Amino acid sequence: MILIFEAVFKITAGFLGDKMENQLRTIIEIEQVSYRYEKEDVLEDINLTIHEGAFLGIVGPNGSGKSTLLKLVLGLLKTQKGEIRLFGQEISRFKDWHKIGFVSQKANSFNTGFPATVYEVVSSGLTRKLGLFKFMKREHHTKVMEAINSVGLLAFKDRNIGELSGGQQQRVFIARALVSDPKLLILDEPTVGVDAQNVQSFYEMLDELNKKLGITLLLVTHDIGTISDKVTHVACLNKHLHFHGKTEEFEQLKMDEMSEYYGHDVHILTHNHDHHHHHHGGTEQ
Amino acid sequence: MIAGILQYEFLQNAFLTGIIIGVIAPLIGVFIVVRRLSLIADALSHVTLAGIAASLLLEKKFIGLSGLNPLYMGMVFSVTGSLFIEKLRAVYKHYQELAIPIILSGGIGLGAIFISLADGFNTDLFSYLFGSVSAVSRADLWTIMLISIFVIAMIILLYKELFLLSFDEEHAKASGIAAKSIHFIFIVMVALVIAASMRIVGILLVSSLMTLPVAASIRIAKGFKQTIFYSVLFGETSVLGGLMLSYYLDLAPGGTIVIIAVLILILTILIKKLTVKAAV
Repeated sequence: MILIFEAVFKITAGFLGDKMENQLRTIIEIEQVSYRYEKEDVLEDINLTIHEGAFLGIVGPNGSGKSTLLKLVLGLLKTQKGEIRLFGQEISRFKDWHKIGFVSQKANSFNTGFPATVYEVVSSGLTRKLGLFKFMKREHHTKVMEAINSVGLLAFKDRNIGELSGGQQQRVFIARALVSDPKLLILDEPTVGVDAQNVQSFYEMLDELNKKLGITLLLVTHDIGTISDKVTHVACLNKHLHFHGKTEEFEQLKMDEMSEYYGHDVHILTHNHDHHHHHHGGTEQ
Repeated sequence: MIAGILQYEFLQNAFLTGIIIGVIAPLIGVFIVVRRLSLIADALSHVTLAGIAASLLLEKKFIGLSGLNPLYMGMVFSVTGSLFIEKLRAVYKHYQELAIPIILSGGIGLGAIFISLADGFNTDLFSYLFGSVSAVSRADLWTIMLISIFVIAMIILLYKELFLLSFDEEHAKASGIAAKSIHFIFIVMVALVIAASMRIVGILLVSSLMTLPVAASIRIAKGFKQTIFYSVLFGETSVLGGLMLSYYLDLAPGGTIVIIAVLILILTILIKKLTVKAAV
């Protein structure tokens, strides 16, 4: 009886949720995308939609095709099969690349001896937007200051980037991506090289970007443990897309799987979603 | 000395050229050093030598070509060499530094052949190797001035692209700027600056004027613009100091300029050490 009730509840909740999401703008639509390198299939039949304001974490082990998917979305690889639309436009015709900010995994393997201040590095994010032979004006300098401020590094703006910690450097690269006013920010393994105690505040900053500035975030990582209580949506990738949905549903799925292995009433202690307690409370009654 | 400059045209030429290359060599040098391409300057200067040897050979064999300025042939060789380096860097994607010894030895080899064909060394060639105060003609000065206007204008206009390309080549390409064309313009500028500088500092020492002031500057500068500023300051100090000393003590100007640059470098390293200690 309780189970049936819960099933109905879940379906209704899911239905209502979908309806709400459909009214939001879609930022990325991936439809039946497959990709293969020479002999090996890397991605098979991927379908994924990201709505405005979402904070999606794509999780997958090494070699699961995460980077390939990112490259496809960024237009660095051409789609072989299927279709990708960015901001409602077919990717091959998409021109507004400044709407998409990208912080690559390689960002933290740059030449740390490079003599450039935080301010200068963040300014370089405007290169494409300004265009050839154009110089920064006052409004651009304001933008740079805002971007530095939004990642909490204002006090460090005149420091050489090599003097900063790994986590701070990663923030600089996020600011560089933010300076051209992206609507979507894509982060590839952003916490590699960030020490454990700073990971929490790093995610808090991302959360603020997501909520306060309304930037849609797409984060790719192999480490589900750290992100499951940070993101709003989760997609699990391993050549196929195994799960895509709200984080709470994902937690539930994790619980269910755990229950299958270990019996009932297993608590996962790493997260603190109110929603989750709701669901969980339901089963206990 | 001032009287000498006012009186003799060759001294005017030398000093004006010195002031110009004191700016452009370290200026382009900053980008060379931060992109870890210091050795490219060396390779190109040796290719320039081949061009000069070729020019001197033609001059000797064909009387009609006696008016040929070796600077032009040097420029042609240097720019051609820079294109070859780019080609080789694309061929050996995983061994990009291989391009440098290939071009460097190719340049020396070709130079040696031309020199032997011209029946050996003469004083003219010696002045190209180590630099000379008396070698710069008015025509050279005008050519060098044009090169410097081109280089400075390009660096101002393409500053943000060159910065991005130097700091993060991957990101530059991903963000969709014309990375290839800009790199091409850059490498041609390097070739031109080498050709322009070799009269004063000499082929064997050109690359040091591009790298030593930058090496010193990086030790103490905050940020990229400051690195450029100090590099030019140190470069200019070395060139003017070196020219004056070499004039009074009758030394080779190239060598004197480079030794002053080395002294500045040592000084900045010491100063940095002392200030760091003081801070602790």
